[in-house]
Amino acid sequence: MSQSLSLKPLSKKALEVPFSGIRRFFDIAASMQDVVSLGVGEPDFVTPWSVREAAIYSLERGQTTYTSNYGLLELRREISRYLSKRYKIEYNPEGEILVTVGVSEGLDLAMRVLLNPGDEVLIPEPCYVSYRPCVSLAGGIPVGVETRSDAKFAVTAEQLKAACTERTKAILLGYPSNPTGAVLSKEQIVEIINFARERGLYVISDEIYDRLTYEGIHTCVASVPGAREITILLNGFSKAHAMTGWRIAYACAPEHILKMMMKIHSYTMLCAPITGQIAAVEALKHAEREVEDMVAHYRQRRRLIVDGLNKLGLTCHMPLGAFYAFPSIESTGLTAEQFAERLLLEERVAVVPGTAFGAGGDGHIRCSYATSVDKIELALARMRKFVDKLHK
Amino acid sequence: MPNEVPDEILTILARDARTSFDTIAKMTGKSVQDVEKTVREYEQSGVIKTYYTVIDWEKTGCEKVVAFIDVKVTPARDVGFDAIACRIARFAQVQSVWLVSGGSDLRVVVEAPNLRELATFVAEKLATIDGVTGTTSHFLLKRYKEDGALFFDSEQDQRLVVSP
Repeated sequence: MSQSLSLKPLSKKALEVPFSGIRRFFDIAASMQDVVSLGVGEPDFVTPWSVREAAIYSLERGQTTYTSNYGLLELRREISRYLSKRYKIEYNPEGEILVTVGVSEGLDLAMRVLLNPGDEVLIPEPCYVSYRPCVSLAGGIPVGVETRSDAKFAVTAEQLKAACTERTKAILLGYPSNPTGAVLSKEQIVEIINFARERGLYVISDEIYDRLTYEGIHTCVASVPGAREITILLNGFSKAHAMTGWRIAYACAPEHILKMMMKIHSYTMLCAPITGQIAAVEALKHAEREVEDMVAHYRQRRRLIVDGLNKLGLTCHMPLGAFYAFPSIESTGLTAEQFAERLLLEERVAVVPGTAFGAGGDGHIRCSYATSVDKIELALARMRKFVDKLHK
Repeated sequence: MPNEVPDEILTILARDARTSFDTIAKMTGKSVQDVEKTVREYEQSGVIKTYYTVIDWEKTGCEKVVAFIDVKVTPARDVGFDAIACRIARFAQVQSVWLVSGGSDLRVVVEAPNLRELATFVAEKLATIDGVTGTTSHFLLKRYKEDGALFFDSEQDQRLVVSP
């Protein structure tokens, strides 16, 4: 026992993947009092009561077992019906839909199913913090494709074409976008799909914010001509139904792809938690009114925060989806990191520096408007003090 | 107009009557002048009846007695239930009057500083109105939700301060 232990090192892959840039701000903010947070990436609403009530009732009835690896058939049928009704896209509940533990799991499964070591995945950036790590952990190489604020952060087929190499295997789209609020128009999606088909690429489309689209109706990537057979569609209940903690989402794909995802899922996850699945059934069946009500709130707050940020001189385009404003802070002369840190320490407002979201994020901050009108106004007032101080 | 989408300004005010014209303007993308004009028009046309505050009086230590009274009425010729309903509605103690379906005709909410005054009001004023044939009083014991506001500790914001 006295002999010193020299353990072998941990996996290189695990060690090499960086921690999220969001962590540092969480640590500082969590240690402070009276912080107004625009840094939260989840709804400020609690899951609608009818959904919670359905879950409680299921526990009372003793529904505490495993489900099919694919997820409850009833839930898959509801998902299939929902996608058919809303986006006119048909997925067979038996074989083409998999219930996952959050879109995060769906994304991980998609990458593991598609990638061989060294395969490249094109990722429009700024993007959600997990995209790059998920590709790396699956053995692939993430290739950031920088989008710009003057294009409202929408990626174009040309930009993807320019980044495409022999090793490119897939394109990972996340629209409406966290952190930019960008959406893709149907025409833009069609061009991307045509390009992907030409090169034999897969498309993974994370559409977790589909319902939070404020002008016009969201176009489901898989629903445009030619997309279905090359697309893995990921969506879930976290945002629209305010169900982040339930961890229930789904993946839809042609059977031969989905079957591989199910295989991995059956070994690593077995199934998504049954209580959450039952809650999700209720969410799809009876919570539409609540969803629309929440979307109406976000739409109004969006205008409020964008107007406020622009008046502060933090230029901000009107985000078309999700619940984030992504203003430029270049007029202040600070970097995004400096801005976010000083704003937090000096005025107790938490935002996330754009650099946490990859290329194109520098010079920007992410401000979530998934918070009450009162808090948004308080945050804007504090930011006014901060910006005025900088200009003195 | 049963299927009209409700005016955004009204839905915001219904949620919080204190929302300023300035904030409403920003939330709806309209000008402050337009918002103010619309609200004034709603007030004048009676679409907006009044603004008030939902108060948990029990917490202030100044409790009031409230009763829900089912009133049976003989409707009068030509005016139906309206004449009696309006007559009842004019009493200051009466908070609400609704014509309802079911076993009784009018549902009346009465508020008084104490039980004695409330009982006196029902016995001497309400029950004696011509056309009122019977009353059944239900006393309020505990409030759980009123006008959309929960009267018990509702969910606090439990989210992490910063999350992806």
